[in-house]
Amino acid sequence: METLNYRFEQGTQRLKAAPHVVGVVGSGNLEVLIEPADLGGACTIEITTAAVGFGPIWEAVMRDFHQRWLLADTRISINDMGATPAVVSLRMDQAVQTMLGGS
Amino acid sequence: MGSYQEANARERLQQLFDPNSFEEFLPPSQRVVSPHLGQLNAPVAFDDGVAVGRAKLGGITVYTAAQEGGFMGGAVGEVHGAKLVGLLRRAVRDHVAAVVLLVESGGVRLHEANAGLIAVSEVMRALLDVRAAGIPVVVLVGGSNGAFGGMGIVSRCANVVVMSEEGRLAMSGPEVIETASGVEEFDSRDRALVWRTNGGKHRYLMGDCQRIVADDIAAFREAAREALAALAGHQAELTLETLEAEQQMLDERITRFGALPDPVDIWSAMHIADAANIPMLDVDSFIAAAGQHRLGV
Repeated sequence: METLNYRFEQGTQRLKAAPHVVGVVGSGNLEVLIEPADLGGACTIEITTAAVGFGPIWEAVMRDFHQRWLLADTRISINDMGATPAVVSLRMDQAVQTMLGGS
Repeated sequence: MGSYQEANARERLQQLFDPNSFEEFLPPSQRVVSPHLGQLNAPVAFDDGVAVGRAKLGGITVYTAAQEGGFMGGAVGEVHGAKLVGLLRRAVRDHVAAVVLLVESGGVRLHEANAGLIAVSEVMRALLDVRAAGIPVVVLVGGSNGAFGGMGIVSRCANVVVMSEEGRLAMSGPEVIETASGVEEFDSRDRALVWRTNGGKHRYLMGDCQRIVADDIAAFREAAREALAALAGHQAELTLETLEAEQQMLDERITRFGALPDPVDIWSAMHIADAANIPMLDVDSFIAAAGQHRLGV
């Protein structure tokens, strides 16, 4: 297992909804827990992954995610079991969209 | 409405109960995760693979749990089991109208060894305590991981089991039987044989489940509602008479069918017309064909 932490500043979008989890910790899948949190305007992402050694790819995927949504005061926690970057991006978008009232 | 089998645990909770009525106890944001998996360098889930809480079913408040088959096959670890036990004990304390368990589990989570085994036995005891308090328990089995091992036993402790044909209910899973007794005994790769043996239709004919529905969340919802309505006013407690009747049914079953190698042979021996075609029937035609032939109550 490997734990990765990212923190992004300069977000503008704050989420109001209650904490929510999407996805399942199964092979090639992940769960994303998304919560509003007082983080001084930052968006933090903590990833616990079974796939060790993919830090640079996670960082790129997280950077893209932050640019898409520009979240502020949001804590995201991920339990991953070897999801591909595309699956990770889709799940994270699903998490945000659920918080914004989509489904 | 969609497939029950393809939905995950949280989707089932959202779609099976009245809209937005599910209120979770110990939600994922509380991060009550397994203390064992981390030590084994294995991934954890924020809900340890089970969501527990209260929800409304046709306006009636029930307590409910949904196991997530996608996380370690729904296997019961220490925290997972403790959440189930806590839910069941709280059901007794709060005199809730009923408990509806969405079971999907391979049984004990072997990573957690004795803690998992103890957890499952505590779930059984807690479930029987719920019934002894006069509260009926309905179990739904329709996930792709079925209800096996300890959770198979837990399921059969309920007042009513509702299954789809795709759901499976048994003690040892097919691969366990094949490993222990050889491929001649049970070929776990023969999917038709596996579902003929463990699937909802055979369980319904054998009296191991009381209702069978199509693989559809709305159908499970309706069956759960009907089951609770039918149980209202009846004794929920498991009595000695019921246990003895069950034992007698099992004795007769092994006497009548114990030597038969395949469920189709059993269905023929039960005088079901065109037994070989049973797996091909849709659920309504199947229930009609099962008619008075099926065992149990």
